Amino acid sequence: MDVLQLARWQFGITTVYHFLMVPLTIGLSVLVAGMQTAWVRTGEQRYYKMTKFWGKLLLVNFAMGVVTGIVQEFQFGMNWNAYSRFVGDVFGAPLAMEGLVAFFVESTFLGLWIFGWERLPKKVHLACAWAFSLATIASAYFILAANSWMQHPVGAEIVDGKPTLNSIWAVLTNNTALAAIPHTIAGAFSVAAAFLVGIAAWHLWRKRKTDDEHRGVWRSSIRLGGWTGIVAFAVLAITGDVQGKLMFEQQPMKMASAEALCHTEQPASFSIIAIGDVTSENCEDVKTFNVPALLSFLAHSDFTTEVKGVEDLVTEYQARYGTNYPDDPALGELAGKPIDYVPNLPVTYWGFRIMIGFGAISAGTGLLALWLTRKNKIPDTKWFPRLALLSIATPFIANSAGWIFTEMGRQPFVVVPNPSGVDGVWMFTAQAVSRISTGEVWTSLIALTTLYAVLGVVEVFLIRKYVRGGIEGVIPPKTDHDQEGKDELAFAY
Amino acid sequence: MTLETIWFCIIVLFWLGYLFLEGFDFGVGMLLPILGRDNTERRVMINTIGPVWDGNEVWLIVAAGAMFAAFPGWYASLFSATYLPLLLVLLALIGRGVAFEYRGKVDSERWRRSWDRVIMIGSWVPPLGVGLLLTTTILGLPLDEHGNRIGGAFESVRWDTLLGALAVVGFALVHGAAFLALKTAGDLRERARLFAIRALPVALLPLFALLAVVQWRDGALWTLVALAVAVVAALVAWRKLVVDRDGQAFAALGVTIAAAVVTLFGALYPDVLPSTLDPANSLTVAETASSPYTLEVITWVGAFGAPAVLVYQGWTYWVFRKRISAAHIPPVHTP
Repeated sequence: MDVLQLARWQFGITTVYHFLMVPLTIGLSVLVAGMQTAWVRTGEQRYYKMTKFWGKLLLVNFAMGVVTGIVQEFQFGMNWNAYSRFVGDVFGAPLAMEGLVAFFVESTFLGLWIFGWERLPKKVHLACAWAFSLATIASAYFILAANSWMQHPVGAEIVDGKPTLNSIWAVLTNNTALAAIPHTIAGAFSVAAAFLVGIAAWHLWRKRKTDDEHRGVWRSSIRLGGWTGIVAFAVLAITGDVQGKLMFEQQPMKMASAEALCHTEQPASFSIIAIGDVTSENCEDVKTFNVPALLSFLAHSDFTTEVKGVEDLVTEYQARYGTNYPDDPALGELAGKPIDYVPNLPVTYWGFRIMIGFGAISAGTGLLALWLTRKNKIPDTKWFPRLALLSIATPFIANSAGWIFTEMGRQPFVVVPNPSGVDGVWMFTAQAVSRISTGEVWTSLIALTTLYAVLGVVEVFLIRKYVRGGIEGVIPPKTDHDQEGKDELAFAY
Repeated sequence: MTLETIWFCIIVLFWLGYLFLEGFDFGVGMLLPILGRDNTERRVMINTIGPVWDGNEVWLIVAAGAMFAAFPGWYASLFSATYLPLLLVLLALIGRGVAFEYRGKVDSERWRRSWDRVIMIGSWVPPLGVGLLLTTTILGLPLDEHGNRIGGAFESVRWDTLLGALAVVGFALVHGAAFLALKTAGDLRERARLFAIRALPVALLPLFALLAVVQWRDGALWTLVALAVAVVAALVAWRKLVVDRDGQAFAALGVTIAAAVVTLFGALYPDVLPSTLDPANSLTVAETASSPYTLEVITWVGAFGAPAVLVYQGWTYWVFRKRISAAHIPPVHTP
């Protein structure tokens, strides 16, 4: 493999991995802040225990999210230096803002929250939880603004051959970003919701016959998780639809390949699932179950409009952006070669379907959980806790598939041209990569993947341990120490 | 002063903030097996930096992010040129951050020992790598006309950049010991203080050797003044440790690193990454800077963001200002 392929693999692996931790952190931190608010307002022990239990799991997960985030920032310079040079003027700004405005708040107030239990007045301590959790959302906002600029560049013009920022406002209010943010945040909440439902269902079931003093904790958790999951899925569906419509306009090729739509159709039918060979680069081999005219509706809110297919789009792209890569030695083997404008069809086709399908499963489990626990009931069946535990994984899968679809679907571009705007503000992925040795990228790819794998095992082990430990595992028993009134650190390392 | 120069100074300030703040928390991690005699002592040590290390680390992220935004060409060339050292820094920081959080999560001696080892490695390696990176950007390396490194993956590893690596490690060690003297009580505190007194003259040698090299090659009169300030501050720090004024010693070490950074980057300006091959290939502030509009945007963000950061991070240190001793450490409790 060459540097380009290796760097792409590394970006894919580190990003998907990072994004396993991040959504859980975002969703859970807000929910934990909510639990703590309920405790401060009502003084009910149940809410205190919820805060402690879910807070502990949040911390185990947060550590991994933070440390893997540093890699994300550094690899732009390490693996993608030509990209960094080309887009730095625009792309760097939201990235720097994330650090300065959001990330400092996040890490500082998390420290205050962990260690401030006994040191800070109750309400100030609660404010720290909110500062932390809202900063995680602000963080997501800036990063998504940066990513959306790669999907749909705005607020920039070409000066001296490079995109130059001319409106930060346009970048921060890019319609692509405004649609992506609620979608991604809702995705984060559906992860946290499935986590709550799965774990609480298991605890409820385990002590269903005995009079468990913590039943209230698990009941409140499962109800909170169920509602959160349903609301999150509603937001996901609505914003997903908005995103889809934008995408037909901004990246028609991505949507056409998500639908394996070979030829332009009017009206266009929506493919439910493929039975033919979507792996074939020849669209004709793909036979799908179609719903007539639905795709036209999804694209343009109208059952009759035309939707462009892959083949026509290729011709269009070739006319606008050239048929061959520039004869630049920096492109290596690709210099002068024809450009393949069709993204990887199986990945985009299945990525899109896996995202929607798995996203719906967790919402369904949430709905089921609410039904089974209605009117103070405790579900007595073994299949439900099993299903709930299994469906913890589904929103993670949906999120990953969604990101893989979004990022792979924009190939061969790293910065996708904006069809209705800015001239020349686009870049091929092949032009973006650093001129370094394959040995260097191999080393980092192997080292990071191995370390991530090891730490992933450790994290799952610890989360399992704390989940099994339940409430007793996170609240230390009263000791003589306390009675002597010694000034101990609470929640210390 | 132009916006470009102001942003050069701001980025230097971010790096200084990083060296000063994470400098001491690296030091604490480095000293973990040296000064921590039993598990409780090691927990005392970790808890001195517990509430703040994560916030300190963000200074690195912001330093890199600000370079990306203000001087994309600098960020792109430097980070790809020092690829493998940076990779080591990343691996070490990943392990270290996780280790702090996971160390106490299982009540087993083996588990704790393993994570202590990770903390130790994770505290020695990053200052080495960051020292190498910063020295590379100051002393330069062979660059072609596009700003790409010529030569192999280890081009940035030379005697003078290794001196820079040792300089940062040495500083972190002393700074960490002084911080422990300031933040702990009893036996541990006395040991930390004695360690700092003994280590300081040796540990700061590489830093002063590096300053001498840089001053000799590229220095001006005013950078020489800064160098002198660094030397005097180090002497003051040593003296204050001896007379048991650990707060003042810690502050004096802060002045040392600040003056050292001024000397180093003062000698670098207006270059940001010199080419040792051909001065015409050197990257400069003017060439690598973003457009005036971008600089203006991030200046506004920085003007409101940075003071706020200083206020709430300062508040964190105030909230956790008490000295910690074994008496504050709760018994181990895991499920």
